[in-house]
Amino acid sequence: MSKKIVISTDLNGDITEFIADERDSLLDALRERIGLTGVKEGCNNGNCGACAVLLDGILVNSCCVMAAEVDGGSVTTVEGIALENELHPVQQAFLNEAALQCGICTPGFLVAAKALLDTNPEPTEEEIRFWLAGNLCRCTGYDKIITAVQEASKSMQKK
Amino acid sequence: MVSTQKKADKTYKVIGTRPVRPDGVDKVTGRAKYGADIQLPGMLFGRVLRSPHAHAIIKKIDTSKALALPGVKSVITHKDLPTAADAALNLGETTDNLKWISDKVLAAEDALFHGQALAAVAAVDKHIAEDALALIDVEYEILEPVLSVHTAMDKKTPSIHDNMKTVDMIARFQVGEISETQINNVASILDLELGDLDAGFKEADIIIEREFETGTYHQGYIESHNGTAQWNENDEVTVWLSTQGAFNARDQLAALLQVPMSKIKVIPMEIGGGFGGKIPMYMEPLAAIMSKQTGKPVKMHMQRDEVLLATGPTSATYIKVKVGAKNDGTIVAADAYLAYEAGAYPGSPVSGGGVSMFMPYAIPNVRALCLDVIVNKTKTAAYRAPGVPAAAFAIESIIDELAEKLEIDPIAIRMHNAAEEGTRRHDGVLAPSMAVKELLEEAQATEHWNAELSDPSIGRGIAIGAWGNGGMESSASASINSDGTINLNTGSVDIGGQRASLAMQLAETLGVEYDSIKPQVVDTDSIGYTAVSAGSRTTFATGIAVIEVGNKIKKQIINRVATFWEIDANALKYNDDGSVSSPDKIINFKEIAAMLPNTGGRIQASIDIQATTHVPTIACHIVDVKVDEETGKVDILRSTALQDVGKAIHPAYVEGQTQGGILQGIGMALYEEYYYDDKGILKNASLLDYRMPTSYDVPFTEIILVEKPNPGHPFGVKGVGEVPIVPPLAAVANAIYDAVGVRPNILPVNPRRLSVLLKEKNNK
Amino acid sequence: MQDVSYYRPSSIKEAIKILSEHGPTAKVLAGGTDVIVQARERTKKITAFVDIKKIPDVMGLGIEGHRGLTIGAATPMYQIYNHSGVQEEYPAIIDSANIIGGKAIQGRASLGGNLCNGSPAADTIPTLIVLEGTANIIGPNGERKIAIEDFCTGPGKTLLQHDEILISLHFKRPAPFSGSRFIRFIPRNEMDIAVVNVASQIQMDGNKIESSRVAIGACAPTPLLLKEISNFIQGKELSQDLLENAAELFNNLITPIEDMRGSPEHRVDLAKTLFKRTMNDAVIRSNGEKVQ
Repeated sequence: MSKKIVISTDLNGDITEFIADERDSLLDALRERIGLTGVKEGCNNGNCGACAVLLDGILVNSCCVMAAEVDGGSVTTVEGIALENELHPVQQAFLNEAALQCGICTPGFLVAAKALLDTNPEPTEEEIRFWLAGNLCRCTGYDKIITAVQEASKSMQKK
Repeated sequence: MVSTQKKADKTYKVIGTRPVRPDGVDKVTGRAKYGADIQLPGMLFGRVLRSPHAHAIIKKIDTSKALALPGVKSVITHKDLPTAADAALNLGETTDNLKWISDKVLAAEDALFHGQALAAVAAVDKHIAEDALALIDVEYEILEPVLSVHTAMDKKTPSIHDNMKTVDMIARFQVGEISETQINNVASILDLELGDLDAGFKEADIIIEREFETGTYHQGYIESHNGTAQWNENDEVTVWLSTQGAFNARDQLAALLQVPMSKIKVIPMEIGGGFGGKIPMYMEPLAAIMSKQTGKPVKMHMQRDEVLLATGPTSATYIKVKVGAKNDGTIVAADAYLAYEAGAYPGSPVSGGGVSMFMPYAIPNVRALCLDVIVNKTKTAAYRAPGVPAAAFAIESIIDELAEKLEIDPIAIRMHNAAEEGTRRHDGVLAPSMAVKELLEEAQATEHWNAELSDPSIGRGIAIGAWGNGGMESSASASINSDGTINLNTGSVDIGGQRASLAMQLAETLGVEYDSIKPQVVDTDSIGYTAVSAGSRTTFATGIAVIEVGNKIKKQIINRVATFWEIDANALKYNDDGSVSSPDKIINFKEIAAMLPNTGGRIQASIDIQATTHVPTIACHIVDVKVDEETGKVDILRSTALQDVGKAIHPAYVEGQTQGGILQGIGMALYEEYYYDDKGILKNASLLDYRMPTSYDVPFTEIILVEKPNPGHPFGVKGVGEVPIVPPLAAVANAIYDAVGVRPNILPVNPRRLSVLLKEKNNK
Repeated sequence: MQDVSYYRPSSIKEAIKILSEHGPTAKVLAGGTDVIVQARERTKKITAFVDIKKIPDVMGLGIEGHRGLTIGAATPMYQIYNHSGVQEEYPAIIDSANIIGGKAIQGRASLGGNLCNGSPAADTIPTLIVLEGTANIIGPNGERKIAIEDFCTGPGKTLLQHDEILISLHFKRPAPFSGSRFIRFIPRNEMDIAVVNVASQIQMDGNKIESSRVAIGACAPTPLLLKEISNFIQGKELSQDLLENAAELFNNLITPIEDMRGSPEHRVDLAKTLFKRTMNDAVIRSNGEKVQ
């Protein structure tokens, strides 16, 4: 049996200590050790984006990060993107625009879309489509997701 | 993006609006619990050992080393399954064989496809379970795999199942027994014929005969299959899973585990997509058996390669179609031969293809010969309008060619041959109300269809398609709380926004606010039998159940108010706003709810129905493509989808269904397919190389919803989920022809295939 | 996931020590987008990850005037394509860095990782080759440099020894009137492994081709530098006919395989097309103009 390790990381704004298996990916640890099951496992090899989180502020697939790597770093998951008691504008836009159906890809899209709008507040349709190409959705045809990101961009500009 | 709704006349208060889904906030905050999100104390993690060969005799499985690994709690093989008789099992619409069902869960004597489950392990964590898989020794005798329908049916090819008979579907229905027809590796044959084909073709001025092939396509839901089971000491079993039908799962588990149905409780968690693929059982029985052995809950969650290898994609197909028409475009005869790969066990959707392909048209002389063929590939499952996209690709390509050769507009030729209410179909049915002509008229009027093409490398294609939709059983119950809110329970798994569409139908029926209803999907202990969320049936059939529940509640409310007011119930009227009035008094819904506890108790109603009034729907896709002739690459430039929806309860969710279906159809046309090597090994079992379209591959799809109400549903609902996937394959192929003058006959027409066609054209 | 140990050394010396002690199944972990998946899917035996991202020498990038560009081997792609100096002077690196996986992959994946993974279809290697990149390597016996065109020796195989670490990649300053371009052909528009990819670099003297370098991926066991093409066009006046004639050389220069991603015939056709397109774009860039 492999080794257990203690990891300390800034998780959604709070310093969190947890025990993981040395062979856990960040995805494994978030879901199975901490219970943050909003992070979804879709392909487990970096090709669907369902497990996307921000690691030290940068968009990554948590299935392609070892849990041990985040010791001393910071991780933001879908559970941590809402603002106090209010949904993040991109979450609200996904609801308003009916941008989710089954919802399994939604957490990854939300984190990726937030990362996009953080660096490029007014993306073009082309830029949104390119940025989100690493996130697969099989229900929506992407139409309403793209619209929702456009709407979120607009509502964030107003604020 | 433009979205247009061609509305039915009747106006509603709730139906047709676009409220936020009840499960929305949970899903955007990560709180929604899907099957794999379940965590139980002491839970073990399971993994499955799969065959590396497409066809092999399993000579020996030695699990001793795996069992000895610290942390491993259970290792099971086929001999740990309850003994399954080699006997037919009637599943209502289809039959299956109990032994085959059992073999599909864990193989007994043979591995019949790459990825077939051979053994399962439960351990304290998934890493150790995986370590244990590597310690299981299996001895194989490798056999030659059968990998195409043509090889399978060749008399020289050995039978994959020694004891399999070819079931004649017509004979089965007529005389209730299997006929003597026997075709090598063909599990069933369905031969549908109407009129006189020879006479029909004699009348024809032009006859076109073409062959088509389509690849194996996976539904591609982003959530992998999962199941968690707890087997209690009193032999009661609880299963948490992602399924399209909790009762279907329960009944399959009962048969496999040989446990009474009432002792199995299936809790349907949120489901991360299904498209027909989350109906069969894969690992849930294994989790249950390993839970029984260990006394602990066991969770299983497939890896993505396992999903592609060993769950049910749709059939690869071979289709030959011959169509005869007169010079004025009248189709006088059509003859189709369809051979679909079932995979390693019977049950392809070939009959769906053979029936539906001609559904939009009135053809006097028509035949469809449908063969269900066994090959050494994973057993196929339902996938959105099962069997139809491939068949529609065939017929719609030929109709496009007819239009071109006869110099008739592609919409006009379809209009000329459109089926109408009362058209006799080759499956014997008289066509009910359909909107073929209405949809084609709308297509003709679109800005897209009439827009100029800006470049010679751009082409435009159109195709239509039909799907029959489903009815089946549904249950619902609702209770009125004293504050006027309502709890609505159904057994229909919410796979596409049905909690919203069902709550809206109840709100409309009762005249209350949508927000006052809390809809919930409940477990198999808590509601009456409800069939799978499939066949585009849920908003339609469970909708009827919900409306009837509403009507029962209305009756009870009237009676209660009558008692309260000491007045004859016939003098009372239930109003559109949920109030009840007599000629001189009125009481609103909230007031009624408040007085219920003290006037005989709160009101609850439940119902079970079997819906039979489903009708087919029609969809149309118009698409512009740009072809790079140097590379063979096709880009989608513009896309418009039209669909008859009967009545759109929640138009935004209907549009979403259409857009999703269109994209899956585009994936089938251009990108996706299983790639097997000559040993039957699936080489692209990953989302890297099984190429589903990304957001960067497509433009917005403009949606035009046409509402021609279904007379068999109180609000006119027809069912919307499946039909949009039907037309895009042919629409894209026809657009490619329009751009570069070659007709793709094998899909997906990826750059490699198209470049071959383009070279052939240029060498002519 | 295989039974892996995780190490996070803070110096090259420490990292090399761990690699030496562990033997060949210890792998350097940079972005992890290949090695973590290989360890999980058990396609390679891996018993230890040596995470080098806390070692300053392998992170970051900079242009030092005439001495050119140095990129830390573990620097993630997003830092590379957001670097204005690279955008201006080494646009082919941007072409490559911007299309490796999705954006979440680019948050982690590195040039060093792509190079050391040694895939014949790697999307940065042809670019690194045509830009005459050099790999700076440190091992137990000290430093050495390898020309990137020599780095890969077969699918998944490189000249790097198991106890050596690729520290950085170095590129000389582009010559005046030169341009570079990388294009990958895939069936979709993002996310796929290349069916064929081509990088071209060109230096112009008026309308005459002063020099050029062309490299191709997914057509041989390693990405290939095609000197024959350069020799054919060098010193000649640029014309579409010249490029057409040069493209015909691909018929004999490459013998790609049949696999799920492409056929030999289609790959050769694509190689010709991508060669012409990258050349034309590189020429546009050599004039200081942008390409589509």
